Amino acid sequence: MAKADFELPNIENGVRVPAIKPGAMAHVKYHPASEAHLSKTGFPANRVDNWKEVALAKMNELMGKYKSLQLFLDVCVKCGACADKCHYFLGTGDPNNMPVARQELMRKVYRKNFTVGGALFGGLARAEDLTEEVLQEWMTYFHQCSQCRRCSVFCPFGIDTAEISMAAREIMDSIGAGQKYTLEIIAKVHDTGNNLGIPKNALIGTLEFLEEDVKEATGVDVKFPLDQKGAEVMLIVPSADFFSSPHVDSLVGYAKVFHAAGISYTFSSHASEFANFGMFIGSYDNTKKIATRIADAGRDLGVKRIVVGECGHAYRVAYSFWNTLAGPFDFLDKNYPVPTHICEFTEELIRRNALTLDKSANDEFTVTYHDSCNVARGSRMGTEPGGQFEIPRNILKAVCNKYVEMDPESNREKTFCCGGGGGLLSDELLEVRVKGAAPKAAALKEVMDNQGVNTMAMICAICKAQFTKVLPYYDIPMEAVAGVHQLVSNAIQLGGK
Amino acid sequence: MATIQIAGKNIEVDEDGYLVNLEDWSEEVANSLAASEQVEMSPNHWEVVNFLREYYQEYKIAPMIRILTKEIGKKLGKDKGNTKYLYELYPGGPAKQACKIAGLPKPTGCV
Repeated sequence: MAKADFELPNIENGVRVPAIKPGAMAHVKYHPASEAHLSKTGFPANRVDNWKEVALAKMNELMGKYKSLQLFLDVCVKCGACADKCHYFLGTGDPNNMPVARQELMRKVYRKNFTVGGALFGGLARAEDLTEEVLQEWMTYFHQCSQCRRCSVFCPFGIDTAEISMAAREIMDSIGAGQKYTLEIIAKVHDTGNNLGIPKNALIGTLEFLEEDVKEATGVDVKFPLDQKGAEVMLIVPSADFFSSPHVDSLVGYAKVFHAAGISYTFSSHASEFANFGMFIGSYDNTKKIATRIADAGRDLGVKRIVVGECGHAYRVAYSFWNTLAGPFDFLDKNYPVPTHICEFTEELIRRNALTLDKSANDEFTVTYHDSCNVARGSRMGTEPGGQFEIPRNILKAVCNKYVEMDPESNREKTFCCGGGGGLLSDELLEVRVKGAAPKAAALKEVMDNQGVNTMAMICAICKAQFTKVLPYYDIPMEAVAGVHQLVSNAIQLGGK
Repeated sequence: MATIQIAGKNIEVDEDGYLVNLEDWSEEVANSLAASEQVEMSPNHWEVVNFLREYYQEYKIAPMIRILTKEIGKKLGKDKGNTKYLYELYPGGPAKQACKIAGLPKPTGCV
């Protein structure tokens, strides 16, 4: 069991609404971005002198561009429906982690500077100026929001805290007060094509290694092709799949599916990343630039379809925003959805009976499925409503004999975030991440204790990295974390059908 | 930028304690970084660090964890060629903690 130097929430018998502890998480600060990373991503290298004016001007610009932002700032009636719905509030008790209070950090500045009542009556109208102290609150608590949108499911007005948190981060970046974790990564994608900064020769070496490794294990020549012009499919995956465990096991699973289906595919060295952290910081320009790399790569390779791997937020970017960011994708075959999720791709093959699957290969596992927030609440999959919930489950039921559901109050559209999404997967935020994971850890523990579950499958690279790191704090082994295609990989028979 | 003092020399490190200049690395620096992580360096720990450094020199990036586990399995025996053993050596994770001690930059992304 990993040891924490802070108090852990008790997850036995579920996580309860905690007693309020004002300022409980005020001490957690993100590492500031360097001058180089801020400049590379198009922001001022240092805090600008007239930062308050610049910040308010940016806020005004964003409210003009995104009408939803101003609407969300205007319409909250403080009903409290969201107050106990955030995993960070449930895990920390810090009242600023109630979604309504988090929004209020921006709303009070909005009232003071953009409403008559706030300008005239100040504090009486709950209005406050953007002081250094308020900015510090923004820096802290807009980095204790994983933009998972769970609160918006319960808000009678549909106020989306994620959108407010994205705007807040863009305002902070615009004055030169950005976060290192996200900006360093975005700078790396612009430079090298992926979040990790894997150069092309290393990518070639990694893919060659995987070909040998899979050949050793199966005796079959499963290919991991790179930059192959004229392939049917370009496969875009989170670069963590080329580096981390258990991520790589899903990568092997995708390759086996393509092999078994006899459909040619290729990775791209120009776009060796599906993740798009531009969304986390609300930056249209950076999000667009990253998405455009993928469209350019697909056009250049002359592929007919783009299939995307197991990455939650990037799927939201692709499903909801690719078309306007980097479209039209008119060079692709119109018979297939853009993007096609790898789960959609695999499930369709299973439905056509085109894969030979041996479920007993997964008999050592009793599996449950974790809905990743950006897939569950930010996108859809397939042709039917709720496809984003059913398609991955259909795959799991086709490749495993023992499948168990977690409490739907903690999953599906009400899923609790892993606690590391939205640009928070950084070590200096570990306390936030561990505490924020408590509600999901409790839901998992419940099916582990009562139904013998030992494996939680998922389709998000951040969820996989976060859970392998934080579940041990709750006495749950990191081996419990698996990718959906990792289980496909175990079950798929490569002799052909 | 923060600095740490090792053997009378000031060495620049980033916010997470990773070396800023890779050429500042030496065995002495590695031992000191390991001590700050409560890791006691055994010959098997050094196998990991040495491989990370060799790989980095060729590719300018840390290896995929599976490449590392396979290499360690070859060198130290198959029973040790797995992630679980690497976490026994480096409880803070083979990617992050071992890279830090090997003087490599911190891996970034969803890792």
